[in-house]
Amino acid sequence: MIDTPASKPGQTEVWITGIGLATSLGEGLDANWAALQEKRINVDEKGFAPYIVHPLMPVSFDSQIPKKGDQRQMEAWQRIGTYAAGLALDSAGIKGNKDILSKIDMVVAAGGGERDLNVDSGVLTAEAKGANAPGFLNERLMSDLRPTLFLAQLSNLLAGNIAIVHGLGGTSRTFMGEEVAGADAARIALARIASGESDIALVGGSHNGERKDLLVLYEFGDFNLKNKFAPVWARKDHAGFALGSAGAFLVLESKAHAEARGAKPFAKLSSVVADLAKRKRPGDMAATLEKLWAKLPKREGKGAIITGATGAEPATSEERGFLKSHADFPVRSTGTVFGHAMETQFPLGIALAALSISRGALFPPNDSTGTEIEMEGAPTQIVVVGAGHWRGEGMALVEAV
Amino acid sequence: MTAARDKFGRPVVVVTGMGILTSLGAGKTDNWAKLVAGESGIRTITRFPIDGLRTTMAGTVDFVRVDPFSSTALSERMAEIATEEALEQAGIGAKADFPGPLFLAVAPVEVEWPQRRELGRAVGQLDITYDDLLRISGGGRYSAYHHRFMFGSVAASLAETFGTKGSPISLSTACASGATSIQLGVEAIRRGETDAALCVATDGTVNPEALVRFSLLSALSTQNDPPQAASRPFSKNRDGFVMAEGAGALVLESYEAATARGAKILGVIAGCGELTDSFHRTRSSPDGKPIIGCMNKTLADAGMTPDQIDHINAHGTSTPENDKMEFNTTSAVFGELAQKIPVTSNKSMVGHTISAAGAVEAIFSLLTLEHQRIPPTINYDNPDPTILFNVVGNKARDARVSAVMSNSFGFGGQNASLILTREPA
Repeated sequence: MIDTPASKPGQTEVWITGIGLATSLGEGLDANWAALQEKRINVDEKGFAPYIVHPLMPVSFDSQIPKKGDQRQMEAWQRIGTYAAGLALDSAGIKGNKDILSKIDMVVAAGGGERDLNVDSGVLTAEAKGANAPGFLNERLMSDLRPTLFLAQLSNLLAGNIAIVHGLGGTSRTFMGEEVAGADAARIALARIASGESDIALVGGSHNGERKDLLVLYEFGDFNLKNKFAPVWARKDHAGFALGSAGAFLVLESKAHAEARGAKPFAKLSSVVADLAKRKRPGDMAATLEKLWAKLPKREGKGAIITGATGAEPATSEERGFLKSHADFPVRSTGTVFGHAMETQFPLGIALAALSISRGALFPPNDSTGTEIEMEGAPTQIVVVGAGHWRGEGMALVEAV
Repeated sequence: MTAARDKFGRPVVVVTGMGILTSLGAGKTDNWAKLVAGESGIRTITRFPIDGLRTTMAGTVDFVRVDPFSSTALSERMAEIATEEALEQAGIGAKADFPGPLFLAVAPVEVEWPQRRELGRAVGQLDITYDDLLRISGGGRYSAYHHRFMFGSVAASLAETFGTKGSPISLSTACASGATSIQLGVEAIRRGETDAALCVATDGTVNPEALVRFSLLSALSTQNDPPQAASRPFSKNRDGFVMAEGAGALVLESYEAATARGAKILGVIAGCGELTDSFHRTRSSPDGKPIIGCMNKTLADAGMTPDQIDHINAHGTSTPENDKMEFNTTSAVFGELAQKIPVTSNKSMVGHTISAAGAVEAIFSLLTLEHQRIPPTINYDNPDPTILFNVVGNKARDARVSAVMSNSFGFGGQNASLILTREPA
């Protein structure tokens, strides 16, 4: 009987040598860090009312995606990701380094499919008004869909665009499956580097939360946060997530590869584990989180937890129960501050863990319920938790080098 | 002489179970019989109206019923059927208790038109916007649609049904997805994380919008009549690929674990390789370097040289660009052997099963090794004079085959190749 296949740490040490962030708080590490210190939160309660979203802080896409033609070939989620990936390559000092970029392995966590809302509503309106010829839908789609829209919808075309714009010529894999896809992307990249299959990888995801078609999808399950913003931990009677726009990419690298080129680490990625709880009975998900927690290497340093808890129920209450049994670890919720960026939330959590370790302080709490407490001193070990709003659980350990 | 480790010291990865479903039918026996007989599964689409479409045929799987219908539900059901066949053959684990992880190649999931239209009708007014759809989407009436249209839903369902271990991975590398699912399984076993992996690839996306999307990119054949003649890889008058549905499932095990439990070994995944093309979203780099590099990496991964490959199961989509590019790149890697090694494209008969193709064609390659018979490339009546492959045209050919290279290339610069052998090298 085989247990959860977990990446085996301790073979080759894997460092996080690059971080790229474009979020609702801003672009780059300094802007995001400063906003976290100031406890700033950027929500739009009006544009999609009654739904709440965390909109992307506008960025100049030209600086990372110089060709307008490339920008036009992408929808927002791909532009955000291609932009953040460029920031990560810059941060690692490998932007434009053909030797390294020609072999870098890419593992991207992606959703996809931004709809053309006008085409959809045009078809539905015409049908409501009586259009019922057998080929009506075919003809409208043939005439109304932009030929290249498909490429802006395909999940693996985020990776494709990153490769084209930044000149990546190694390998490229795209994982789908909402939140846990982000954990699995990091898990597989880590396992490949730790085992010597790969030297360096670009890992991450991006999400455009400002989409009515996505709101419809999550509204089917009543998962959207409505009417009034509240921190994730204060949504028990007002459950839901506020979609967030964010791109988060990491450069993971074997210690030897980083040292050979003189790259400095933000932190090391020691372990990533993931599982699929059945979630049929209360306690199933918390039990899986405990199982994952036990799989991580021993924590003996100054620890903290950064979680992507969504605010959706019953997942968030289950996770709170898990967190209570580890109350000695100060907790931070990325969902409160950045909104819920789905596939991107886990890479974002790893990025903030590495940033906190490298800056010698956990960012301050942003919570009215007492779930998040102050932390004195510099964290040396941060556990990143990512439990999906519906399925999938992931966990990572980020440590000081 | 066999060994549990390859020449690089890694565990040898073998196949102990296979399941397949295509427009030709369900199961290995039926598929193989039709494949070597040169039958086509391509037919005029009856699932939805074809009025106003430039392409009106596809390799649909109409004998599998799902209710309510969605492409995602069909993909899931086909994957289940293929997996059941693979597990029965492998005889591994216990019912609903597969001793390893799941790697699933699946088409990107999205809300589909039947469901969108249902919402439109529920709005009950003449002008419909997304705000109107949003207003009526909540309250639990459509909660099943949330589950259905999560990207991870097919994998979650399969993981539960078959009791795979850990977090199942849903992946897309476009038309190379099936090969990537196998590659992920091979790597997990080589790293020693598991003794077994379930690699499944499925695609049931012949629906109006998917067809229109490929049509607008001018990727599809429009030779609708007769539909069986539309897919004509390596022919002078080829004009695009034919969309198709199908699923393939493979049980991979380490040679050591398979022999320890006395399992029958169906073949070996001797090598896998992948290489990204950063030239263009839908076109290969004109110099073919990424595809050449992909094939070379795969040979290196298997520790083999081109002269050890005695059959190529081509990507062979029947698009003007792919088939020419595939010949040029294969020639760069194989030299004059590229004109001698027998080459075939299963897509001439089953069409392009997109996300499933890499696994479907890996299974056909393994059946080729088992039967020592190469299925034909049908509709090969008018060979492209610039493609000098030794195409197994129109009639199956008996051949001594010990190692097959299977290629998959996809949108977004995805290239992946596999080398399959009968015995550990």
